[in-house]
Amino acid sequence: MLEFTPDQQMIREEAQRFLREQSSSEAIRRVVDTGASHDAVLWNSISRELGWCAMAIPEEFGGLGLGATEVAILMELTGARLACVPFWSTVCLAAPLLQSAGSEEAKVRYLGAIAAGEMAVTVAYADLSVADPAATVAVKAIRAGGGYRLAGKVAQVIDFEVADVVLVPAGLEDGTTALFALTRDSGQVVTPLKVLDATRSVAALELTLEVSAESRIDDAGVSAEQFQRALTFANLGLAAEQLGAAQGALDVTLAYIAERVQFGRTIASFQAIKHRCAKLVVDVAETRSLVFGAAQGVGTSGAVESALEIAGARVLASDLQFRAAEEAIQLHGGVGFTWEYDPHLYFKRAQASAALLGAREAQLDRIAASVFADGGLK
Amino acid sequence: MSELNAFRTEVREWMAGHLTGKFAALKYRGGSGEGDALPELRKEWERELAAGRWTCPGWPAEHGGRGLSVAEQVAFQEEYSRAGGPGRMGHIGEGLMGPTLIAFGTEEQKKRFLPGIRSGTEFWAQGYSEPSAGSDFGNIKTRAKLDPETGDWIVSGQKVWTSLAHLSDWIFVVARCEEGSVGRNGLIFLLMPLDQPGVDIHPIKQIGGGAEFNSVFFDDARAKADDVLGQPGDGWKIAMALLGFERGISTLGQQMSFQQELDLIVEVSKENGSDRSPAIRQRVAYAWTGLRAMRYLAMRVLSDDQSAETRREALTYKYQWSNWHRDLGRLAMDVLKMDANIVADDPRRERLQQMFLFARADTIYGGTNEIQLNIIAEQGLGMPREPRGKL
Ligand SMILES: Cc1cc2nc3c(=O)[nH]c(=O)nc-3n(C[C@H](O)[C@H](O)[C@H](O)COP(=O)(O)OP(=O)(O)OC[C@H]3O[C@@H](n4cnc5c(N)ncnc54)[C@H](O)[C@@H]3O)c2cc1C
Repeated sequence: MLEFTPDQQMIREEAQRFLREQSSSEAIRRVVDTGASHDAVLWNSISRELGWCAMAIPEEFGGLGLGATEVAILMELTGARLACVPFWSTVCLAAPLLQSAGSEEAKVRYLGAIAAGEMAVTVAYADLSVADPAATVAVKAIRAGGGYRLAGKVAQVIDFEVADVVLVPAGLEDGTTALFALTRDSGQVVTPLKVLDATRSVAALELTLEVSAESRIDDAGVSAEQFQRALTFANLGLAAEQLGAAQGALDVTLAYIAERVQFGRTIASFQAIKHRCAKLVVDVAETRSLVFGAAQGVGTSGAVESALEIAGARVLASDLQFRAAEEAIQLHGGVGFTWEYDPHLYFKRAQASAALLGAREAQLDRIAASVFADGGLK
Repeated sequence: MSELNAFRTEVREWMAGHLTGKFAALKYRGGSGEGDALPELRKEWERELAAGRWTCPGWPAEHGGRGLSVAEQVAFQEEYSRAGGPGRMGHIGEGLMGPTLIAFGTEEQKKRFLPGIRSGTEFWAQGYSEPSAGSDFGNIKTRAKLDPETGDWIVSGQKVWTSLAHLSDWIFVVARCEEGSVGRNGLIFLLMPLDQPGVDIHPIKQIGGGAEFNSVFFDDARAKADDVLGQPGDGWKIAMALLGFERGISTLGQQMSFQQELDLIVEVSKENGSDRSPAIRQRVAYAWTGLRAMRYLAMRVLSDDQSAETRREALTYKYQWSNWHRDLGRLAMDVLKMDANIVADDPRRERLQQMFLFARADTIYGGTNEIQLNIIAEQGLGMPREPRGKL
């Protein structure tokens, strides 16, 4: 059967309480309205004080050695409050790549720092939406002197401005892929981009520089399989976040319609409105079940099936998040179209998240390939 | 876990050893749209199951069950379906009447009725709906009058859409026992033999051509004094508790047949080339995704988690599976393309066509889509209740 352990339940309740207070609408506004890259106070609490980044990192690297389920729990809740922190990029994008492809030394160093809450890390994937991970490399690396010459441009790097370290996958002349870790002051050109969804910053990266041999941190090249494993985790985290954001949009809506009176009754008493909220609950239940069901299978013998379930979870979560956000605007009426009320924040996040890590069609294609393969997928 | 695997093996082996010979004809039969197929053989199959102690395995041992854990019951349902086990003639007795008797029956009633259900010799029908009491179940008009001489109840009225009544021995009937009472008040829950004067059963032909359900007319038919469940006036409470048993363990077995239908769709699409359509492929992948989500939702609902969130989301299960299944029917027909319209001699196509037609009922019986959404909104989200009219 599928349920949270008492420990997971506790993590969930405490995180929920914390985020409700700390990632309030006002807190989100302070980031969105000032164009800040993130909520530094919140990030400091999450990473250093609460130790959330340590959750899924193995104990040998200073983490808590917990699993995908705990991360999904936290992602869901940060999503619900649109928390403006580089949590997903650090914990779901970068840490799994370090874990699957990093050398022992790199793991000790970077995973250790992430676990300790001392470091935000992101990944400069060339195209976060391609299905083939090998094609996520846009930077070239040529051996030069004792190190490497890196050259290339990456159009969009999530949370780049906040990150202390960026991981850069780069193609070597022999066709293999290496992984480099660059600190802020490595000489890369970072161009912050103006984003519709201002709750998560994005910047462009341009590289023409020489780096030392030590900045290469992979363990004998990065294989497509290693990329895939890391991206699977990123997809799970994102699906959970999208689920949470949908729940958040629904919560905001439920609160509003319970108060708003028209025709002498609350608009929540009209069946046309009740049914649409209930329908969202159906889809939330479906998505939540798949997210946490799939999380259970990460890293187990059923990992292949779990990866496909995660692809499916992204489809459900993207559909759900968009609908919850558009319903939030619609059911708020005129105020739903204003900057002052929150629905537009959820709406923009929904659009931005759906486009990350492979559009819904690409996820479905992956599943279809397995379902229609000989022997099929049961 | 390994104990559970051993149990699965036991079920699998039993099914392999018994769903053969004359029973082989029952494989995959009696499901969506053919609940009345091969009735005599299927009744015999119920007795075969009973001999293996596979009827009512979830009931407590003191009532003739095996007292299986939830996980074991799920495993049983899954293995039963995987083996192609036929639709259960006894499911209303086993899944609805039995648990309700165990909860509300007197010792005497349990002793009289449970063995017949368990041994696959007495079959039950559910007499709730009436022509003017569908979604508005409280509007029941069927009357039960006390016969002062015998203490029996004399029943008159009409039930409708009563599944399998023409193949059943007993029916449970909700009737109005207090003159002038309205709504939930004044209802009585009666156990009545169908084979008696004053009971008339008329099969109703359905959308798929079969006749699984019936009109049942009562004209001074009799329910014995001992055959009232609970007290007169408790009818609503018992009826609702019974509906609660409807959302049970069998859901995971049901999913196994959904998976078989999806497999069949893939198989047919490969044969006729529909699998080359990117749109069809995407819809199949989407259906697979929904089925996996449904599986985990069922597992959450069956777990011990009693949080408010899980209770709320448990209310969504019926809506989710029934709408998913309805969409699957549409997908099956799109895969068949123009052949969808030709009455099939190929049993696989016939199964898909029947599924397509019967799935239209999934969103009607057991609470329509609209009623389900009302329940989720009101009980799950605490939104205001529907206003009621004065009629
Ligand atoms: C295949 C099948 C098997 C069945 N088997 C049994 C059985 O064994 N025993 C038994 O007792 N019954 C059985 N039923 C009956 C079933 O429970 C009823 O059909 C169901 O409860 C709906 O009632 P109705 O058909 O009277 O529709 P109505 O209640 O007349 O509904 C018609 C439409 O109005 C909508 N509606 C009604 N009320 C509301 C509202 N408040 N808000 C919004 N919309 C509303 C409904 O959702 C529906 O779309 C069976 C039905 C089917 C199809």
